[in-house]
Amino acid sequence: MNIHEYQAKALFEKFGVPVPKGAAAKTQEEFDTALATLPEGPTMVKSQIHAGGRGKGTFTDGFKGGVKFCKTKAEAKEIAGKMLGNTLVTLQTGAAGRKVQTVYFTVASDIKKEYYLAVLLDRASSRPVIVASTEGGVEIEKVAHETPEKITKVLIDPAYGVADFQLRQVIGALGLSGTEAKNAAKLLKNLYTMFWETDAAMVEVNPLITTPAGDVLALDAKVSFDSNALYRHPEIVALRDLNEEDPKEIEASKYDLAYIALDGNIACLVNGAGLAMSTMDIIKHYGGNPANFLDVGGGASKEKVVAAFKIILGDANVKGIFVNIFGGIMDCNVIAEGIVEAVKEVGLKLPLVVRLEGNNVAKGKQTLAASGLSLVSGDTMADAAQKIVKLVA
Amino acid sequence: MSILITPATKILVQGITGAFGAKHAQLSLDYGTQLVAGVTPGKGGQFFEHAGHKVPIFNSVHEAAAATGATVSVIFVPPPFAGDAILECVDAGLDLAVCITEGIPIKDMIRVKRAIAGKKTRLIGPNCPGLVTPGTGEGSKGGCRIGIAPGYIHKKGHVGIVSRSGTLTYEAVFQITSKGLGQSTSVGIGGDPVNGTSHLDVIKLFNEDPDTKGIILIGEIGGSAEVEAARWIKDNCKKPVAGFIAGATAPAGRRMGHAGAIVGGAEDTAAAKIAVFQECGIEVAATPTDMADALLRAAQKKGVSLS
Repeated sequence: MNIHEYQAKALFEKFGVPVPKGAAAKTQEEFDTALATLPEGPTMVKSQIHAGGRGKGTFTDGFKGGVKFCKTKAEAKEIAGKMLGNTLVTLQTGAAGRKVQTVYFTVASDIKKEYYLAVLLDRASSRPVIVASTEGGVEIEKVAHETPEKITKVLIDPAYGVADFQLRQVIGALGLSGTEAKNAAKLLKNLYTMFWETDAAMVEVNPLITTPAGDVLALDAKVSFDSNALYRHPEIVALRDLNEEDPKEIEASKYDLAYIALDGNIACLVNGAGLAMSTMDIIKHYGGNPANFLDVGGGASKEKVVAAFKIILGDANVKGIFVNIFGGIMDCNVIAEGIVEAVKEVGLKLPLVVRLEGNNVAKGKQTLAASGLSLVSGDTMADAAQKIVKLVA
Repeated sequence: MSILITPATKILVQGITGAFGAKHAQLSLDYGTQLVAGVTPGKGGQFFEHAGHKVPIFNSVHEAAAATGATVSVIFVPPPFAGDAILECVDAGLDLAVCITEGIPIKDMIRVKRAIAGKKTRLIGPNCPGLVTPGTGEGSKGGCRIGIAPGYIHKKGHVGIVSRSGTLTYEAVFQITSKGLGQSTSVGIGGDPVNGTSHLDVIKLFNEDPDTKGIILIGEIGGSAEVEAARWIKDNCKKPVAGFIAGATAPAGRRMGHAGAIVGGAEDTAAAKIAVFQECGIEVAATPTDMADALLRAAQKKGVSLS
């Protein structure tokens, strides 16, 4: 689960990670109240959406920049008025962009130097890792690719937590000393504590800055949480912003269906995540384009299949449907009955290719045949994928 | 033979009284698996009854293992308690703990993995379908089925299968069986970022198993476990190996931030993993339908019979 920058910074403050003073506003009326909490002077205005690349983004009305520096609070208020309610398109949002529903004002800090800092899971060692670099405020993938020696990684033993010598390792790699080093050590220790205590999946600060006064501040904050652990963090669940999620994905989550909207035109309904992923792959392999990832899970009921059908048909781009089921324990006939029921309820004018295999498959095929539905059946995944690609072409 | 388990292996089920655990305990009993004990704290002394079987339930893994001689546990307990269930198996000194549970917090698994490092007990999973060593009866009955895989699609034979994904494992098993061949053991290691046994661990076991003549290695995007396994295969494995990687079209940029890309390295995409497979002499299946055929091609190149 992702949260907004202003929410992440509130958490940072709670854990003792210094950030520039800031305040968020969700309406024009709130601008004055928010700005009143900040001192007069240079102010940043930052669009709050769950996507990166905001600074270089463009709004759909042509206004450029989702993050702006303003010399005065008055200017900040004017700029915020142009962002709020406007739709921001960045490299990560896709062409449709995201509507800005919250703006965040912060004091514009004096920057001496920018750094990069993150805490996340290192899969290879199954341990948390601190990643730090002297190259902050830029695309970190580029740094990793071009100058990997400028990136420091320190693995943390989960049985002990972050050790002081490790803090010194990171800070030494960043070339900090004196007051800056002391402040950075405290920040880093607190940032790690926050990562660990909140069951974060990733905490990323880009840039982390030093100021001429010797302060060390998190200028930006990207935080995501392990969705498996949300049950023990109601305070974090409360930060979820449904405006940032696809309505179809929200609907799917109600039925415990794993659904991700994509931009193709062949809808997929599959059981199992690996099979669902490779169903998308095989559609692409034969020249088609998947409209979604949809895993109905191992214990799908008739109701779940009906709900899944309604969700995929709610996507206006869909021109055909590919049902791919390997019923291991799952009864193929349950899927077949779900398909028949769904089509009865919602009607079906699109081509449908069904590949059923596994448990009780003969009965499932019989149910589909007896229903009189106009569908095409595929023998193997490859056969079915070729058929649906041809039908939507 | 087979790896990790044989038809004689005695297993216990943690969470046997839950709906999911009970259903799969029944299916394993039907398959002929030596399922000798259940564990549910507070329900010790009761019995799990199914089709003439009367399986004793114990309060702890220690008691169950001591009373029945079970050496393997399969874990079906809910996510908040699954980490604890794994630690209990390790403390009881079992040979193998197979955790089926999906949705365990990553932090719990980080701690569990640290705590069990160097211990005797091997962990498979979590979030995995388990493993099957097929038997010789009808529909491969008489084998050892641990977890949730469909037993009937298996057939006793000489192909080893290892995968992160459940349904893709079944696809591969089914294809091998449809060709008249069979499996030594099929192993689902699970899709979670922090898990016990890796692809490479299983590949090493298959390589040493005289009864395994060919291997199918199924992977996904993310992490570097498949790459690590492939490099080892290139240097050490004489048996024919076919590989498949799922997720070539999975959408990038669904995560915020980019730190994952740095830690994952450049080799965690499907294209990069496939390139490493090819470089390491693994026959790549172009589509999931091609997995068994890919292994047959690999076997033919090496002049090895899989039957």
